Amino acid sequence: MSRIPESHRSQTGKVRGSAVTLAHGAGGRSMQDLIDDVFLSEFGSNNLSDLNDSARLEAGAHALAFTTDSFVIDPIFFPGGDIGKLAVYGTVNDLAVSGAQPIALSFSIIVEEGFAISELRQIARSARAAADDAGVSIVTGDTKVVNRGCADGIFINTAGIGQIAAELNLSPKNIMAGDRVLVSNSIGEHGAAIMVARGDLGLETELISDCRSLVSMCTALAQGIPGLRAMRDATRGGVAAVLNEFADASGTSVFIDEASLPLKPEVRGVSEILGLDPLYLANEGLFVAVVSEADADAAVALLRDLPGGENVTLIGEVRTDPAGVLIMNALLGGQRLVDMPDGDQLPRIC
Amino acid sequence: MKYADEFRDPEKARALIDAIGLTLKRVTIPDDRPLHIMEVCGGHTHSIFRYGLQRMVPDTIEFVHGPGCPVCVLPMGRVDDCVTIAETDGVIFTTFGDAMRVPGSKGSLLQARAGGADVRMVYSPLDALTLAEKNPDSEVVFFALGFETTMPSTALTVLEAKRRGVSNFSMICQHITIIPTLKALLDDPQAQIDGFIGPGHVSMVIGNRGYDFIPTEHNKPFVVAGFEPLDLLQSLLMVLTQLAEGRATVENQYARIVPEDGNAEAMRAIAEVYEEREHCDWRGLGNIEASGVRFRKEYHRYDAELKFGLVQAQVPDPAICQCGDVVRGIIKPTQCAAYGRQCTPQTPLGALMVSSEGACAAYHQFDAAGIDH
Repeated sequence: MSRIPESHRSQTGKVRGSAVTLAHGAGGRSMQDLIDDVFLSEFGSNNLSDLNDSARLEAGAHALAFTTDSFVIDPIFFPGGDIGKLAVYGTVNDLAVSGAQPIALSFSIIVEEGFAISELRQIARSARAAADDAGVSIVTGDTKVVNRGCADGIFINTAGIGQIAAELNLSPKNIMAGDRVLVSNSIGEHGAAIMVARGDLGLETELISDCRSLVSMCTALAQGIPGLRAMRDATRGGVAAVLNEFADASGTSVFIDEASLPLKPEVRGVSEILGLDPLYLANEGLFVAVVSEADADAAVALLRDLPGGENVTLIGEVRTDPAGVLIMNALLGGQRLVDMPDGDQLPRIC
Repeated sequence: MKYADEFRDPEKARALIDAIGLTLKRVTIPDDRPLHIMEVCGGHTHSIFRYGLQRMVPDTIEFVHGPGCPVCVLPMGRVDDCVTIAETDGVIFTTFGDAMRVPGSKGSLLQARAGGADVRMVYSPLDALTLAEKNPDSEVVFFALGFETTMPSTALTVLEAKRRGVSNFSMICQHITIIPTLKALLDDPQAQIDGFIGPGHVSMVIGNRGYDFIPTEHNKPFVVAGFEPLDLLQSLLMVLTQLAEGRATVENQYARIVPEDGNAEAMRAIAEVYEEREHCDWRGLGNIEASGVRFRKEYHRYDAELKFGLVQAQVPDPAICQCGDVVRGIIKPTQCAAYGRQCTPQTPLGALMVSSEGACAAYHQFDAAGIDH
């Protein structure tokens, strides 16, 4: 492991408080601080310090992508999927947005004593179906059982490797003024579906999680659009977190148009009731891509022809000033900053 | 989306902006500052920033963001009280989502949860009551905060607890009232407010009569407003029209929701359960007379303060905070020495940085330094 440059290391003390809080896992600023302060400073490799969705490892004529992700979700079975499907697509999608063709996955579980075998079987079955759909094999795994109360049902970790074309160079650092921003689906469906599924809201909707493979769409873009700069799947922290990271990494500003955002009426409804912003809601089958202005329309046309690409939409553009921020051209003509999220969104009192 | 999109129509917004511009020509603007229009309610502040309205209106109008955000004005000592109770063995502590992040002197409820306290978010006080029934061996405490908007739901929950005979349920009552606060603001000789956009959802409960003193004693227009962008622009136009015509009166832009006399049933529930508190502490504004409520004697068994023998913690606001000056329209958030330095949404020092409805947090969250100010 090589030392990371001093500039990439954060000063200790970036993490606030003396204990981990849920905000440290919510995909926003607190999580970045925790990773920088506690892990990057100790682990530091050049690969890790880039904090991309997958690490890129050079292996002879090819490059390999390597990634891992852990899955905890309440409820374990939700409209549109379950934790097994999520665990496969989550890792597969991290490979896909890195421009990699997934090759193999590991699948490890930590399960609580008393968990129903029938449910475990159901989880395994949907994981297998997802792996088949994404064209990847589950080749290794691990099982740990812990005492009742030491885990919330089941936790799953998956790791994946994929192959990247050697000439492909995707990175948020490639983003420049004039580029266009697209989203591959309507926004916030997973986050809204999970909130409704928890049942506390007393709402009934037909919303289902968007949990799905992004491999075919990402591969098509990586192979067919030379002006592709970067892709990222917008999971925790939502589209807002990804675009803030893009703006930050490239030193540009990203402007998005509120009127263009693809949103299902149910997602809007849930967000309006709770005072939440769909831009911060999690997605499990949506990626954000930045492409050159010249290739933008071709990218949209290419994706729209693919299964799951019906809602692909250009939502904004990249500019020079002010550097490092995400700005919304609001519906009525005003503008506002869309900040990096910090912790989960909390419903407003009134 | 029905009942929302109609009130976000860009063309109608442009027409209202034009009318605002024309009416403004007939209004006398102070020599040394822009016209100060206060939106009292935090929900309005949120909408103004969300839709970028402050940038759409002429420069000679400035929105002053008022005290109507219950999370923002929550004193640190009260958060400490909550944390103390939440950390008591056998307690399940419940509250609304955004109250969990407010820092007290010993941290927030979210941090207390990380430290092992059983703190849960609920969407309604009735959910907390149900939780109490399901957990008869625990004491379920609900942190009841908010203006008259949330008071009926907590009062009705207490009445329901009584009806169902639930004894392991209590509330910390931090309800505050808007009229005494507006009085205190207007009695302050330093305050510079030319007209008001009045709270919509509070008025849905209390009606519009209580605001009469604002035009009659202080000669300021007061327009009760809805929360969509067209509601706010139309309300602003109504305030400006009053100023242009030299009138001051209470008007109701939000008549589709707000009855003139409020909601009698809700007011009955409030009056049944709560009575006036002599004094109430506000973060950023200090102690305001008769600006809150507490449980009536008949309902003391639901009062968590009494149940836990709580002596209210007193924690002064940090000395550097100028929240009070922002709320009274004396300075803008960005003119506070702590803004964006010691005081950010991640590390809020002052009241107004705490909730996304707080003026300073809204500035920070929605306004890019490079595109405004």
